[in-house]
Amino acid sequence: MKLIIAIIQPEELPYIKEELLKREIYKFTVTNAKGQGKEFPVQEVYRGISHEITLLKKVRLEIAVNDEFVEPAVEAITKVAKKDGDKGRGKIFILPIEECVRIRTGETGSVAIG
Amino acid sequence: MKNKNIFLVVFLLGGSSLLANGEPTAADAIFTINNTWMLVAAFLVFIMHLGFATLESGLTQAKNTVNILFKNVSIIAIGILTYALCGFNLMYPGDFNGFFGFSGLGISTGAEGLTPAYNPGYTYWTDFIFQAMFAATAATIVSGAVAERIKLSSFLVFSTIYVALVYPIVGSWTWGGGWLADKNFHDFAGSTLVHSVGGWAALVGAYTLGPRLGKYSKNGEIKPIMGHNMPLATIGVFLLWFGWYGFNGGSVLSADPGAVSFVFVTTTLAAAAGVIGAMGTSWIISKKPDLSMILNGSLAGLVGITAGADCISPMYSVVVGLIAGVIVVLAVIQLDKMKIDDPVGAISVHLACGIWGTLAVGIFSPDYQLGIQAIGVGAYALFCFVSANIIFQVVKLALGLRVSEEEEILGLDIGEHDMESYAGFQIFTVE
Repeated sequence: MKLIIAIIQPEELPYIKEELLKREIYKFTVTNAKGQGKEFPVQEVYRGISHEITLLKKVRLEIAVNDEFVEPAVEAITKVAKKDGDKGRGKIFILPIEECVRIRTGETGSVAIG
Repeated sequence: MKNKNIFLVVFLLGGSSLLANGEPTAADAIFTINNTWMLVAAFLVFIMHLGFATLESGLTQAKNTVNILFKNVSIIAIGILTYALCGFNLMYPGDFNGFFGFSGLGISTGAEGLTPAYNPGYTYWTDFIFQAMFAATAATIVSGAVAERIKLSSFLVFSTIYVALVYPIVGSWTWGGGWLADKNFHDFAGSTLVHSVGGWAALVGAYTLGPRLGKYSKNGEIKPIMGHNMPLATIGVFLLWFGWYGFNGGSVLSADPGAVSFVFVTTTLAAAAGVIGAMGTSWIISKKPDLSMILNGSLAGLVGITAGADCISPMYSVVVGLIAGVIVVLAVIQLDKMKIDDPVGAISVHLACGIWGTLAVGIFSPDYQLGIQAIGVGAYALFCFVSANIIFQVVKLALGLRVSEEEEILGLDIGEHDMESYAGFQIFTVE
């Protein structure tokens, strides 16, 4: 059982969702995040002053999967997110899960991940 | 005490300096009262712009709010300035052939313009400012239907041309004493002249632009794009309703107690009935009561009664409002089925119910005929539809109409303005 944490550009979320669904990965959590990497800061203008924003909007996608779904999930994300250009494409972290419990039934382990 | 005496002296001096000779007469007092009411009505119509701004903000996504607000603020400026430049004199050209006339650039008047000789209800300046507020209102209707995907520059160019030329020219046909006025076509406060004129442009804009990304999927599914702030939307609708007392009440063009109080009642009854009509319709169709639908419903009732608030009885006003509430819900659903994306329901409220309100005058008022009302609706439809199409196509060729796909997803606030409306808040820009 693995927990995949992906930090992605917000505008890619709908397309990544589509790719995940194609690979029969239906369960995930999405949160807003701000982050900075190597990419160039964004210029914003407010009341005559141009300033740089370095902490940029990101989306954090968390998917808990059984081992056989790790590769499809990573593939789904990179297929959409991997592009040439200045913008940072994001990162994927894969963590081992010690235990997983389905609250409704009390099931544990791979069965609970679904 | 001393201040009060000084104030009284200045007031009396000021008052008597306005009057020709001798003591103020009852006619002078009536003129002052009429003019005062008309000025109050003018700023009541003005506050409708705050209503539009908040309503549109509430019903669209947070990532586009700066853009929506920018459009609303700039439109009132453009509307008023162009009206001063040429709109007023295009709409009221004096003696003309009934179709097109122009009495010169700019606004100015002699001493007579400040007296009842100009009009027993208002001075020249009051006339201008009251009518200018109407012009700006017609222009801002379009901004809702084209929201969240139109390029700012294209929108501004389109709106400037439309409000400077199209609105006053077609307005002259009726309120300016043109050919429709001669036929006894009746549009008391602008169901056609303001709301459907704006509505036709909104319709043309919405389908020329195309729908927002992701709104209609290839297999026919309609995906709702939720408004981000229902309290703002509600504030907007109540502000619009509030301003409508000036919109309709001031269209009496005097403070005549009987007429204005009558109009207040018909206006209010229709608005209330519009809420109920929309409530019933949307509850039956969607099985759940929908706030955004009843908000649109009250506006539908208001637009519906605007053509006949002075000549439709209170009982029939309720009927007009009820039917408008039903129409607006059905129109919203139908437009979605036709894949015409209208984020705030502007077309359903202003065009559909503007047409209904105009025809309702012919149905419910013995003084006017349905046939003539229909001719008027048709004439405005033709001219506005064609001219809006021409202007949009020209702007599309010259500037392009739509923002890029990436900008639309990221939000127009960042794309067009490099600014956030809710800096510091975490908003989801995509789902």
